[in-house]
Amino acid sequence: MGDRTELRLSGTGGQGLILAGIIMADAAIRDGKNSIQSQSYGPEARGGASRAEVIIGDEEIDYPKVTNPNVLLVMSQEACDKFASDLASGGVIIADSTYVQELPAVDGQICKLPISQTAREEVGREMVANVVALGAVARITGVVSRAALTEALMARIPRGTEEINRKALELGWQLAEQGSTGVL
Amino acid sequence: MSRVVELARLMQGNEAAAEGALAAGVRFFAGYPITPSTELAEIMAERLPRLGGKFIQMEDEMASMAAIIGASLAGVKSLTATSGPGFSLMQENIGFAAMAEVPCVIVNVQRSGPSTGMPTAPAQGDVMQARWGTHGDHPVIALCPSSVREAYDLAVRSVNLAEKYRMPVILLMDEVIGHLRERVVLPSPDEIEIVNRRETQEAPADYYAYRADETGVPPMANFGTGYRYHVTGLAHDETGNPTNDPDKAESLLLRLHDKLGRNLEDILIEDSRSLDDAEVVVLAYGATARPARQAVKEARRQNIKAGLYRPLTLWPFPTASVDRLARQARTIIVPEMNLGQYRIEVERTVRGRASVVGVNRVNGELIAPGEILQAILEVVK
Amino acid sequence: MMEELERYLRMDRFPHMWCPGCGNGIVLGCMLRAIKKLDLEQDRTVIVGGIGCSSRAVGYLDFNTLHTTHGRALAYATGIKLARPELNVIVVSGDGDLTAIGGNHFIHAARRNIDLTLVLFNNSIYGMTGGQYSPLTPAGKKATTAPYGTIETGFDASELAGAAGATFVGRGTTYHTELLTGLIVKGIQNKGFSLVEAITACPTAFGRRNKMKSGTEMLLWQKENAVHINRAGRLSPEELDGKIVIGELHRHEAPEYTELYDKLILNVRQETDGASIKPMKV
Repeated sequence: MGDRTELRLSGTGGQGLILAGIIMADAAIRDGKNSIQSQSYGPEARGGASRAEVIIGDEEIDYPKVTNPNVLLVMSQEACDKFASDLASGGVIIADSTYVQELPAVDGQICKLPISQTAREEVGREMVANVVALGAVARITGVVSRAALTEALMARIPRGTEEINRKALELGWQLAEQGSTGVL
Repeated sequence: MSRVVELARLMQGNEAAAEGALAAGVRFFAGYPITPSTELAEIMAERLPRLGGKFIQMEDEMASMAAIIGASLAGVKSLTATSGPGFSLMQENIGFAAMAEVPCVIVNVQRSGPSTGMPTAPAQGDVMQARWGTHGDHPVIALCPSSVREAYDLAVRSVNLAEKYRMPVILLMDEVIGHLRERVVLPSPDEIEIVNRRETQEAPADYYAYRADETGVPPMANFGTGYRYHVTGLAHDETGNPTNDPDKAESLLLRLHDKLGRNLEDILIEDSRSLDDAEVVVLAYGATARPARQAVKEARRQNIKAGLYRPLTLWPFPTASVDRLARQARTIIVPEMNLGQYRIEVERTVRGRASVVGVNRVNGELIAPGEILQAILEVVK
Repeated sequence: MMEELERYLRMDRFPHMWCPGCGNGIVLGCMLRAIKKLDLEQDRTVIVGGIGCSSRAVGYLDFNTLHTTHGRALAYATGIKLARPELNVIVVSGDGDLTAIGGNHFIHAARRNIDLTLVLFNNSIYGMTGGQYSPLTPAGKKATTAPYGTIETGFDASELAGAAGATFVGRGTTYHTELLTGLIVKGIQNKGFSLVEAITACPTAFGRRNKMKSGTEMLLWQKENAVHINRAGRLSPEELDGKIVIGELHRHEAPEYTELYDKLILNVRQETDGASIKPMKV
């Protein structure tokens, strides 16, 4: 399969996970890799289960869906309960501890980070929790470069929100670094 | 950064179809919002006025289809986009476009049905509707992309074929490809072949609106250019005027079919993978071709002589190619997100010379590579 | 008079398909007189019809003619007009075609105020299929599908068009031909959506079942029951009951759709040229 990472970003509709998936896939292309992004969503614009899937690799990507993610972001308890068991052996779950309290035992790594809380308290807008999450996922997995991620982010956000998004990304990055030094 | 990396971009299937249509010269879009095709309308609403073109959101899909026929008769390349329920509503006017020979393109991003079904979930349940959705024997061209880049290319091609053969062309996408975002490098404008309708060279007094030459396609005269003639969905003679003459009515219908029949080489396109020595052939189209390709690769790794045949032109049916497969393969596996709509056509052509096996899903989910691989393993057991 | 109009007709298409006593030819004559009066260029004029007896008129006319599907004439015409606003587009539709199957397109074309002139041939019945009741069949009248008289209330198509946004609405009859011609002239001149409703007779499918056996009887009925708008204001609702009000019924000023769209294009393109939007590569 070559060098290939499958990511699933999951949570509730309205958390901006599909946009996060698009930015992640875009960043991979800016890094010169191949990537693909697909989504699954309900009829609701807000609420309901939502997930974005991204596959990043160097080769041709045939099947565009993710069955066993190497990287699983869960931003709601419901998403965690639903998807945790799909994790590929040796994969990593990044859980937003703001909303995910209970995590099952998995054959892999678990990072619990207060993603939404950080967005709310330190940026003042929970809306950017998806960007905080992106920063954390990128830092933990190394699947995209920070430069490419920043570029992709700036290209896909509304004008005038550059500053808070930049800050959110930085916070996610830091959160992951702290997490990896023992907060887990 | 190399040039290719620089030009590479993440693009959605629906966006690619819209951009392809624009690149082919579409300057009129009429549509009605429906999941999962709405992005096409949104992109057109934003892009067309910038190109001097027109977008209109009509009151329903019947009106949308009618409006693009009107605009096309007035000389503007025209497009609409919809999904299942809207596609059903368009059928009568699609028949009109076939009968009156009006170039136009309909993008149908298939979703789970029947009826309202699962609006956000994919399906390939409109394959037969694309062929026989409108009443009466009518010609149709339907193209089916399996990737974002192909959505772009086939959108260009749909517009070209519509113009060349003066008929409605259906770009039959599905929700997976429509909403999929992947890396694409688009062709530069000078790499894109653009076909425009052939306009008549006759003087107005000598012009017969429906007299075909050796191509089978009558040269066209756009409304407002000095050629006054009649366009109708009634059976008509070479002037365009209605007729009840059985011979004239029949010769019209035969010509409508013949203009495809005599140009199949130009219309049919296909793709294949590891087909040369294949004993088991997976025949797949649209999103389903992607897990099919993965399954074939995996089978090859297991030293199974499997191959992929992928029709990009679904209609007219690629009879000659499937006939070849029937002679070559022991088994043809047809995975589809429907209950076997295309498989029936494959069986009809294979006529028992190979076994034909379906892998079918109607649960709103894309078939997984493992399911197709399983089917391959079973037939070589 | 007929000879003056022959240039607008495809003479090789005659005899026409309408029954003796039918009013469609009268409405068509008024339409052609209006076209002649305005000297519309045949090459630059498109006439669009739906399905039904009246819509067959387009086949007899020497213009760019389009005979569409049932009810959809206005939607086809919208595409033509928006694609080529410089063309004159006239739509011919019957009461069943326009107000039943095509009702939605009718109110939306009026709402957009797109520059189309719609001539409604209102004969109160589906003639081509042999006499079924339409949304404009007056309550109590008989039809093959209303053998005991219809219990449905009819639309007032003119009121409906005005309420939906048409900037010109007029009604005439096949008895009052000069009025009707004048209304069609005004309808074509109006830059916006215009409805001219023509009350016409169908002795074959409507008259016979409703105690008016001949076209002449039906014309006389029009004469006796039409009240000009100028006089209607002085009559009580009781006096107006069962009457048809004719004349110019509605007019207001509003921006026309294709002009608005052309302005939109100009604005968007200026913005683009101003480099605030990067032109796409493709």
